[in-house]
Amino acid sequence: MQNRRETLKQSAVVAGLLATAGFPQFAYAAFNKAAFDAKSVQDSAKAAGATSIAESKDVTITGPDIAENGAVVPLGASTALPGVKHLMIMVEKNPSSLVAMFHVTDAVEANFSTRAKMGQSSDVYAVAIMNDGKALWAKKEVKVTLGGCGG
Amino acid sequence: MADPMRIRAQSSGDKATVRVLMSHEMESGQRKDASGKTVPAWFIQEVTAKHNGKDVFSAEWGPAVSKNPFLQFAVKGAKAGDKIAVTWKDNKGDTRTDEATVS
Repeated sequence: MQNRRETLKQSAVVAGLLATAGFPQFAYAAFNKAAFDAKSVQDSAKAAGATSIAESKDVTITGPDIAENGAVVPLGASTALPGVKHLMIMVEKNPSSLVAMFHVTDAVEANFSTRAKMGQSSDVYAVAIMNDGKALWAKKEVKVTLGGCGG
Repeated sequence: MADPMRIRAQSSGDKATVRVLMSHEMESGQRKDASGKTVPAWFIQEVTAKHNGKDVFSAEWGPAVSKNPFLQFAVKGAKAGDKIAVTWKDNKGDTRTDEATVS
């Protein structure tokens, strides 16, 4: 069972990821190069302003428990909540944590899957950015037997 | 010009599930070649989809998406016979569009 402290700590991690990803105020620009260039999970204090980040059971991340090949890890993000603006898939320990960002419109369901590369075992996050600026996340641990980033 | 995408769009109820398999190297920019030089990143940056000519979906990808990327999404209100067109653009400016009919 997760206690409040752990939940808060993980929220801070997501906040850091978001800050690293160039979402200090969850601002969005057309291809956000900075977001994908961000290299590490920054000091979570940087994102202290992001108080509206919370874990949510309404956001789902799907993926394998153990990935044999880190070069191809099937990951999916979905949510049933209305008013979602962006859905993001992040791998915490990748050189750049943001894998993909999907823009949700009225015409598509907030349910996307793709395949990602993972350098090592890590927590993967699905982050939903709501229209009102809140960020909701869910995470899952994926163990990688063979990394897929180096070579 | 890159190889064509494989797109499959299947209607179920009031939506259509679209599965796309793109053909792309998706070089991460992290790998080194035999002489120790970094292989420059080369990956799909933007993916967009149109349903009967209307923009319905867009996404931004980083180099961490796998080689020959797979993508799945669902378009609301799409029915059999509708056209789904998917376009990608990579960081070298190369782009490709393919179209499929919902079945």
